Amino acid sequence: MTAIGAASDTLLYLDGVSVSFDGFRALNNLSLVLAPGEMRAVIGPNGAGKTTMMDVITGKTRPDAGRVIYTADTDLTRLDEPAIASLGIGRKFQKPTVFEMHTVWDNLLLALSGDRRPWFALGARQTREERARIEGILDTTRLREHRGRRAGDLSHGQKQWLEIGMLLAQDPRLLLVDEPVAGMTDAETEQTAELLREINRTRSVMVVEHDMAFVRALGVKVTVLHEGSVLSEGTIDHVSGDPRVIEVYLGR
Amino acid sequence: MSRVTTPATLVLVLGGALLLVGLNLGTAPGHALHVPTYVVSLVGKYLCFAILALAVDLVWGFAGILSLGHAAFFALGGYAMGMYLMLQIAGRGQYGAALPDFMVFLNWKSLPWYWYGFGQFPFALLMAMLAPGLLALVFGWLAFRSRVTGVYLSIITQALTYALMLAFFRNDMGFGGNNGLTDFKEILGAPLSSDATRSGLLLITAALLCALYLLARGLTRSRFGKVLVAVRDSESRTRFIGYRPESYKLVVWTLSAVMAGLGGALYVPQVGIINPGEFAPAGSIEAVIWVAVGGRGTLHGAILGAVLVNLAKTYFTGRLPELWLFALGGLFIAVTLFLPRGLMGLLPRSPVPRPPVVSEESAVSREVTP
Repeated sequence: MTAIGAASDTLLYLDGVSVSFDGFRALNNLSLVLAPGEMRAVIGPNGAGKTTMMDVITGKTRPDAGRVIYTADTDLTRLDEPAIASLGIGRKFQKPTVFEMHTVWDNLLLALSGDRRPWFALGARQTREERARIEGILDTTRLREHRGRRAGDLSHGQKQWLEIGMLLAQDPRLLLVDEPVAGMTDAETEQTAELLREINRTRSVMVVEHDMAFVRALGVKVTVLHEGSVLSEGTIDHVSGDPRVIEVYLGR
Repeated sequence: MSRVTTPATLVLVLGGALLLVGLNLGTAPGHALHVPTYVVSLVGKYLCFAILALAVDLVWGFAGILSLGHAAFFALGGYAMGMYLMLQIAGRGQYGAALPDFMVFLNWKSLPWYWYGFGQFPFALLMAMLAPGLLALVFGWLAFRSRVTGVYLSIITQALTYALMLAFFRNDMGFGGNNGLTDFKEILGAPLSSDATRSGLLLITAALLCALYLLARGLTRSRFGKVLVAVRDSESRTRFIGYRPESYKLVVWTLSAVMAGLGGALYVPQVGIINPGEFAPAGSIEAVIWVAVGGRGTLHGAILGAVLVNLAKTYFTGRLPELWLFALGGLFIAVTLFLPRGLMGLLPRSPVPRPPVVSEESAVSREVTP
């Protein structure tokens, strides 16, 4: 299969991506393919390049070499963050980042897909359709009773869900989720796995996570990163049985 | 909260101005309730500063851009008006020449090209908005596009106003150098020395302040305003959900500069002089202190802060001039330490914003709300 052929039936194709910071190779000729509708878990020890990979996909970091092809013909390395977000790639950060001074409702309103230009925002009024969409997201993220609260007053877990809700409001085709269950209770972790599976019914998802129990609960294909490139790929049972993965995680 | 503060602000500003004017024009100078004309102009000056404070609060309080150079836009608006007033003197200056006195002094034979048109009031008024607006547009476009934020942006705004100050000090610039523009006679044919003109200027300033206040209020409550606050609190998040913070900042920044310019244009006829000292970096810093004292992020707080701090300044510089800067510095430290939300923070905290579902035409949401 040629590279072009590979790109045409994939949603996202990282092709030989390398990034260096002051001589440190954060990503080293990383190649990775994500199919439309797929959910993928990405694991790896600290410094493996997981967050840098997300930064490259979302336009925050420009790679030194390589391409990131989205839906067959768009090279994301040429675009900036707002342009990539408008193409339907949403990102959830490790630390929940919501607009603390705004209400839950307004957070979702701002994230709703639509015209992003200042002139539009100056005269924009909430439409019936926008309200209905926000109501739907409040249900999905179990935040219905909190709609009028300031986002800054929510609990940690609720903030994580609000951020996921904001991603849904963006109506993305691909969701990048960075450590969604860090700092969550077991019950919240379980609910989050359920939420991600539900989201995955209509969208592609890439989850970076440390929590192995959570990755197992997701039950999806796993990619193990190490020193900026793919070390192993397959089911969770396959990769956790891979001697190279064991060596990286447990040391020599 | 805003149900009270908005009408209260409008009533205080307009009512206060009307009352002063009434007591100035309606009573004889010897009368117990008579308000001398200098007080009318003094309050007019405060309200011009309030317009500047409003402009500073719009960018600092709502978009997180700490401008330490906003007096530059104010002064540019002031110079545009000063040029108009200067050309109204024609023939009645010290030298009795058609040219402004300082040009005669410099041995200039004709008006430099950039003074053309300023004899017309509408043109001067337009330039009072365009000059600061264009400068802000170019400056903001360069700075925001390069993602210059925080303290770095504050520093270059200081540099901007300082550079303008040095430029305007030069006689060759053609703006009167060190002395600036002064000795004005009349505005639109009305003598500036008359009580009626002074009163009229105060009323116009009060009305403009109210109009700009309502404009700023509408702006900050729109979706545009919500995006601005989002940019202020988490710029990168805003970018990742698809907004371009630089465009939003540029719009509010330019608008704010135009507002400041208008404030400066009304300031000059009321104080009777504009000179390069108005560009002094300290002036811009003072404007930031007014906003901090009143309450950053509350528009009425900015107005209140500007008026109160300037009242205090008038008092101190009259009685204990050597103590004023200490008082101002102390005030800033005290507010930062004890009143982080300014005087407005003393009011009961606004209740958590109402859920927007209870608004006018939300039939859809009412059905699903238990």
